[in-house]
Formats: sequence, structure tokens, C-alpha cells
Amino acid sequence: MWAYIIRRILYAIPILIGVNLLTFLLFFVVNTPQDMAVVHLGDRYVTQEAIDRWIVTNGYDKPTFYNPKAQGIDKISDTLFYQQSMRLFTFNFGTSDTGREIGHDISERMWPSLALAIPSLLLGLGLNVMLALLMVLFRGTQIDTWGVTICVALMSISGLFFIITGQYVLAKLFKWVPISGYESGLSAIKFLALPVLVSVIAGIGSGVRWYRTLFLEEINKDYVRTARAKGLSDIAILFKHVLKNALIPILTGVVVLIPSLFLGSLLLESFFAIPGLGSYTIDAIRAQDFAIVRSMVFLGSVLYILGLLLTDISYTLVDPRVRLN
Amino acid sequence: MILYSISTAYNRGILSLFLGLSLCCAGCDEIWNDPNPANQTNEVIMYTDFSERPKFLDPAKSYAAAESRFIGQIYEPPLQYHYLLRPYQLEPLLATQMPSMSYYDAHNVLLAENAEPTQIAYTVYEITIKPGVLYQNHPAFSKNAQGEFLYHQLSQQQLHHVQEINDFPIQQTREVTADDFAYQIKRLAQPALNSPILGLMSKHIVGLDEFSQILFADFNHLPEKMREMGYMDLRPYTFPGVEVVDKYTYRIKVIGKYPQFPYWLAMNFFAPMPWEAEQFYAQEGLIKKNIILDWYPVGTGPYVLAVNNPNRQMVLARNPNFRAEYYPTEGMPEDVDVGLLAPAGKRLPFLDKIVFNLEKESIPRWTKFLQGYYDLSSVGSDNFQQAMVINNNSASLAPELKNKGIKVYSTISESIFYWGFNMLDPVVGGYEDKNRALRQALAIAMDTEEFIAIFLNEQGIAAQGPIPPGIEGYQSGKEGVNPYVYTWKDNQPLRLPLEHARELLAQAGYPDGRDAQTGEQLVLHYDVITTGDPVEKARFAWMQKQLNKLNIDLNIRATDTNRFREKMSTGYAQIFSWGWSADYPDPENFLFLLYGPNSRVGTEGVNSANYQNPVYDKLYEQLQNLDAGPQKDQIITQMLAIIRADSPWVWGFYPQAYSLAQVWNGALKPNEVASNTYKYYTIDAQTRATLRKQWNRPILWPLLLAVLGMLLLCLPMAVVYWRKNKQVHHLRVKEE
Repeated sequence: MWAYIIRRILYAIPILIGVNLLTFLLFFVVNTPQDMAVVHLGDRYVTQEAIDRWIVTNGYDKPTFYNPKAQGIDKISDTLFYQQSMRLFTFNFGTSDTGREIGHDISERMWPSLALAIPSLLLGLGLNVMLALLMVLFRGTQIDTWGVTICVALMSISGLFFIITGQYVLAKLFKWVPISGYESGLSAIKFLALPVLVSVIAGIGSGVRWYRTLFLEEINKDYVRTARAKGLSDIAILFKHVLKNALIPILTGVVVLIPSLFLGSLLLESFFAIPGLGSYTIDAIRAQDFAIVRSMVFLGSVLYILGLLLTDISYTLVDPRVRLN
Repeated sequence: MILYSISTAYNRGILSLFLGLSLCCAGCDEIWNDPNPANQTNEVIMYTDFSERPKFLDPAKSYAAAESRFIGQIYEPPLQYHYLLRPYQLEPLLATQMPSMSYYDAHNVLLAENAEPTQIAYTVYEITIKPGVLYQNHPAFSKNAQGEFLYHQLSQQQLHHVQEINDFPIQQTREVTADDFAYQIKRLAQPALNSPILGLMSKHIVGLDEFSQILFADFNHLPEKMREMGYMDLRPYTFPGVEVVDKYTYRIKVIGKYPQFPYWLAMNFFAPMPWEAEQFYAQEGLIKKNIILDWYPVGTGPYVLAVNNPNRQMVLARNPNFRAEYYPTEGMPEDVDVGLLAPAGKRLPFLDKIVFNLEKESIPRWTKFLQGYYDLSSVGSDNFQQAMVINNNSASLAPELKNKGIKVYSTISESIFYWGFNMLDPVVGGYEDKNRALRQALAIAMDTEEFIAIFLNEQGIAAQGPIPPGIEGYQSGKEGVNPYVYTWKDNQPLRLPLEHARELLAQAGYPDGRDAQTGEQLVLHYDVITTGDPVEKARFAWMQKQLNKLNIDLNIRATDTNRFREKMSTGYAQIFSWGWSADYPDPENFLFLLYGPNSRVGTEGVNSANYQNPVYDKLYEQLQNLDAGPQKDQIITQMLAIIRADSPWVWGFYPQAYSLAQVWNGALKPNEVASNTYKYYTIDAQTRATLRKQWNRPILWPLLLAVLGMLLLCLPMAVVYWRKNKQVHHLRVKEE
């Protein structure tokens, strides 16, 4: 298995270089250093001289990919692409255009994101699986039909609706929780209750339907018939056998998500004023802060690759027949 | 049976939980939705919000209003605006008195006070600062018994325990000296700081331009690590624009006569900066932890930045080293009636803390204000319908808010929003009569009053020229009307009829909106930045409708910010919209927007319309050197007449802003130019605590309803399951 993991990590390197290259090209095509300078200096009293100085002092005056004036390896390393992008491989994110250490910002902002994402994921997963199993238990009845109808209805509603309704009803009308804000430690619970609830409810529609499909596929298999023939109750069959056998596709969907939980949720964090990573990238794009965008795209790619790798590894844990080699 | 038992046990559990919860809540008097810590309830803290995280808190770099809200309370320049007097007046802040001015000719000979502006080669401002002013406590000043700095060369071990500035156990202070003011002016030229006013100040402060070039050259010779840290010790450098006379006196040498310069001395760009702070922050270990001067200011003001988390919360706390400063004893006559002079002569500041919470969305922001968790709120397009009621084209506070005792304040911003014509454009530009006629026709067709009603909820005043109300040169009434667009009728300006616009259009060579020579319909282009805002489409449609009145087709050329800037800089744009907020309350700061040498094309200047009129330019040059008075007013009148006739802009509107304050706020006076006004605000924390409790008692019956609903949902499931089991049991019995 270790050989497999090392091979997968090595495969990731060209992918990450490619992602970096694409991000770099895309950003520089639409956003020249001149544009960045104007954004940062403001356009009230900006002069061309000030723009030129900003470009030099922020290191954007180097050649893009190849420096013909440099010697040896510096021909490649003393370039904008190398200086701005390649150091990311050592997780040295550098500083943003406002002078803040990006690595420090990320390490601070990922905790609130996780505080919101982990309970949302676990509660959502538990509730969705339970509801899906209940719908399978009552398959072919009015309960199943109404359940599916409600799921489709929930899927059709925008996440924003749940957020605004949740804030209006629970925070404004009933005054049960603060409408927005965040505190670290245990005080975070009262701030996270509503966004977690909203996140769970917003995910019920698609989640329950997906798991219901998985369970229905399992329920028609031979081992279920055998279990029934042995006289096991429906509840025992579903919760003990079907659930266990449906774990592989569930894991595929869930484990791949785990690393990206660090990246947070844009909408929820924005509406509930949670200082996570969700809005970090969007704010940086608006401010044309290339250093942050580049770092977050790189981090996103690394976490996605990590998620896929973890998924593969988790297969071996839930299904002894699977071997990574 | 088993299911029944499970269900009963489950129901009992839920019921007990609910009853327990209800009893618990009935027993306590606490409010659940309070976003602030309970121990702050009775403290004299002002709670407000910020929607945009500040980018820079360094006074040499910061130029945005969103940042001034913070650093305006921390840094103190030599001058400030009087809190109550109008029109806005400068007064000393860290200076002992207003700066003295001396004029010199090209040979450095002192001239008389009334010397002709053409004779004046330099103006020297001499500023004497108050003795005994202390900086806030800060580790940058901390020294041991031998007089060595404790934290200027931090070891790894020392750094290990430091996560923020408050983690340094010993924090000392020192007195502000004239050197600190001179040091800050030198910082404006420091290349790594990229001060936004360097370009402008280089034109005014003697030698600043050359000094910035010297620093830039030296900066490029620094070791790479130092360059990355952006640190230069500026103490050894001198330049002729700044001279330190003694411990408390310094001079600034300005090119020519520039009467507007004192306004700049009321901005944070000219606040003192201790060299120790720069040296302290230039440590790699601190930079890696984001402990930098840009984020941890070192000021002399009434507040210090106690919590700096731009992702969530910024907290300003009372500066224990703040000197004795008192509430003004002089105000406008109307200030007495509203209680603005009640705290006259009392020591400032009144608030212990100011808590700014990040709120990106308007719904939670507004709800928190209604719940009493914010003390102040602005009125924007999102909450206007809930906050205000419009009757007869005027807005007043909604009855629900009035009943809560909420107060509303209205101000006309010292700013203007306008639609500009690119004067270099072959169709809408030019200075011939026919070109003017076309622009005047378009200005009549663009019904600004309708725009204000539809898109601004009547929050604005149609502009008659570039100078907004409250600024010298603004004229109200009949004299102030732009005769090319309005006439004066029934004591108010009335837009000229469309027939007049059509006549002008015909004079311009486009009768009925068609080219007189080719017969083709006139198509104009509106260059605009698109943001994806749904209101944008409505605005574009409105623009098209206005020009359609003259049978002119308007093509919307929507683009992104960078491309728009490029179009403006290359002179490719045709019609565009733009805005300007005053740096200082002087007509020069608006009239220079049409000064020829400030053209956007070629110089990247503020004259976005690229307007060039030699007579106007000459008058502007005269105006620049004039102090307030009849001669200046006369020149402004002439300038306004020229630009109204030339119509390089459709004058647009002056935005009006409404702000709300809770009943427990003391009287406050909106100030559009000063950013350091929090020190004058008062709060009655006891009333706030009582009212918050009244307004936020949790409603509990929905909890019971929710539990009952869940039980009801379980019932059909239990029934179906029971039937299903019964059916299976029957089949098994049959099989047996």
C-alpha cells in the first residue's frame, strides 16, 4: 500500500505544477501587474511613476518564465512564475499584497471553517443516512412517496432561502440564537447552532435521495434475501447489513469532502459572519490579490488530491477485498 | 409492542428535554440571541459594524474611509476639523495653534503676507506641537535599565510566546517630538510603502520628488531580505521640504502658494510616527505572525487597537496615555436644542471601547440594529423601505422605529456622482457650438431627479455643478441653477422641456436624433463596469430610456474594472459614470476635476472627461492661490459658468446619507470630512441593557410545537410499520 501512496503523491506533482501554471496564466491574462498596481494604489492621485515603483517593489518586474539575462539555473528561477508559484510546493505562501503572511492567515481562518463544516458534515451525514434508511424501510408506501417529493422540493430551493428563512425565523422572530457572529471555544456553539442547522437542512434533499438510491440498490441483492429468509427483521437488515455494504459509495462521497472542509463555505460564512476561509479567496479575487488566489487554488488542489487518496485508502478499511497495489 | 415501547420512551425523552429546557429558560432572565459576551452588558461600549476589511492601517498608506474609521481614532495629525462648527473649520489637534505661514520668493527672501501669488516661490508652514503628548504603550518603546531596547532584536525563544502585540509583557511609551512628524513625511517617499499621495505631494512639498528617487535607488541596493521586509531606516536622510527646528517645532516647505495645504495636515498621512515602531516591526519573526505596523498601529489618539482581527472583530479601547482633551464649548445655534452642547467642556473620550464586528450581509446587520445589538446603523438600499417612509418626495423615519426612540440623521455627502463625456471623442467631445449643443441636449434628457427617485429612494440632490452644498462656491436658489438644463419656476429649479433638447439636438446636426447628412440614427456608447448586480440592468435600461426620448440609441459597453480603466486611460470611452468624494472641504478639490493638465489621457489624472479649456485652466490656477473671500467666489462663479456651458458632464447628483442611532446614544453630529469623531460620542449603557432585555425575550412556544410536529410525523410511520409487520405475520402463519 505504501508504494501505491508514494506513487500517487508523485503523480500529484505534475498535476500541481499544471494547476499552478494555469492559475498563473489565467490571472495574468486578465490582470496585468499594471492593473494590480492601480488597484492597490487607488486611482485618485496615482502616477505612472508610482505604478512602476509598485511593480518593482512587489517583484512583478521580473521576466515571466525565462530570464535571458540571468546565469545558469537563475534563468528559470529568477522569473515571475518561479518566484511566485514554485515556492508553494514547500507550503511557503509568502505575503499578500497588503503585507500579511498568507500562511498565518490560513492557519487562523481554517479553524472557524472547520468548526462549522465538521458538525454540519457529521450531523448531515447521520440524518441523511437515517432518513434514507427509513424511506427504504417504508418503500412503496405513501411515506416513501411523500419523502421523495419533499426531497425534490428541498433540492429545488436555493441555499440562500434556507439561510434567510433560518435567520428570520429562529434569530429574528423567536430570538433563540444570535443572527450572526462568532466566538472561539465553547462560546462558538450558540453562533454555530443556526448555520449548522441550515447547512444540514439544505443538504437533506440531495443527500437523502442519493443515499436512498444506494440503499435501494443494495436491498435487492442476494444477501438481503438470504437475511430475510433467515428471519431477520427489516430494521436489522437495513441498519446492520445494507448500511455496512453501502458504505463504499458513501465513503466515496464523504472522504473526498473531508480535506476540502478546511476551505469553508462562502455563503454560510458570509451570512453568519464566521471568519473562515470561505470568503478568503473571493475577497482576494475582488481585491486582485494574486498571492492569496494562487495560494488558495494550490491548497485546494492539494486537498482535493489528498481527498481522493484518502478515499482509496478508506476502501481497504471498509472492504477487505480491496487491495491497493 | 417493541416499537410502541421505543416510541413511548423516545417521546418521553423529548418531552422531558423540552420541559427541562423550558423550565430552565423560565427560571433564568437571560437573553439567548446576544452576540456579545454577557460580562460586557453594562460597560460603556459602542457596538457597530464594518462590512469591508481594512487593507492598510499604516497612516502613510491608508486612504480609504473604511480604514479611517479605525486609524482616525488612533493616529492624530497636527490639525483636525471642529466637531460642531459649519462650514467645516480646521483647528489644532496635536499642534498648539494653527500653523504659521511665511512666503518666500525664488531667492529665499521673505515676502509680505499679502504678496502677489506670482511672486511666491515657497510657503513655509511652521508647526509647533503640544509638549507632553505620549504615544500609547507599546513594546517598541520598552527599554531595560541600561536604556537598551528590550524587543528590537527578538530571539526565537521570545518569539515563541508571542502571538499578538499584547503578548509582550513590558510596554512603555515616550513623548512625541517634532522628529516623529518629519519622520512620517519622509515615510511618504519610502518606496516599499507606496503611499497613495506621494505623486500629489511631490508636486507640492519641496524636494519630495527627488527624495523619493534617492530612496528608491537606495532601496534597490538593500539586501534582498531587507527589501522583502520593506524596511529602511529613514533617520539619516534629510530633504529640504521638512526641517526640524527644535523638539516641538518643525517646518514644511511647500512650492508656491498652496492655501489648501493645511487641509492635508488634518489627515493621518501627517500624523507622527516613532522610528522605534518601524525598527521594532522590521523583524522576520514578527512579520511571519502578521505583527506588522500595518496591522498594529502606534498612535497618540484617544483609542488603541486592542483587538485586531479584520476577519471578525476590531476593538478600540481607551488609551490610558491620552492627554487631557475636552468636548468643544462652541457650536452652531441649532446644536444647543438637540443637546450637542450638553457635554461641553467634559474630558474626552466618553466611550471605554468601540467594538466593530464584521458584517458582510445587510440582513444580519439590520436585524442586530433592530434587536439593539448595534448602536448605529446606516440606511442603505436594502433597509430603506423598513427604515424610512417617503411622503411628498421627502423621507422620514418609519413609525416602528420612531416608537423605539431611534433617531435619524441626514447629511449631504461632500461628493458628487456624474455622467461624463469623453471630450476627446469625435461625437460627444469637442468644443464647437454644435458639440456643446449635443451635450446640453443629453443633459436635459437625462432626468436626474427621476434617477434619484427610482434608484436612490430620494436620497440625493440633483447637481447644478461640480461643487456640493456645504462647500464654498456652492450657491442655492435661483443663482445656483444651471441655466443650460434648468429654469427657475415656483421657487425651485425646473428641468427644461424636451422640445428645447430636440432643438439643441437639431443645432448639433442630429434633427430628431438622426445625422443630418447621412440620415442614420445617432448611436452613443455608455462605457461602464459591470458587477453583476441585478439593479445594474435596470440602470442601463433607464439610461437607454432617457436617450430614447431624443430618438438616440444608447449602446451599453459593459466591461470589467481593468478594461474600463484601460479605456479611460486611452481615451476610448465615450460616455461614462464616475464619482468623487472630497479630500477636504474646499472648492478647489472639485474644480480640479476639470483642470486640463489633470487629464486622464496622458497623465492618469483626475480629469476623467479630459476637459481642456484654457480660460477655465487659467482661472483654476488663480483660484489655487486664493484664500477664501469675495475674489475667490467671483472666480468660482466664472468657472462654473464656463463648465456649465461646455457641459463636459451631466452633473448628476450629490448623494444624501441617512444614519440611525438608538435611543441610548447621546446627541451626535454627522461629519462628512472628519474621521476622528468617536471620541465625542456618548452611550447610556444602563438604558441599553434594559431595552435589550425587553426587545429580545426568546419565544418558547414554537419549541413545543416543533416537538409535537415531530411526534405527529412519527405516528404515520408507526402505523405503516405496524400494518406491514402484521401482514408479514399473517403470511408466515398461512405458510405454517
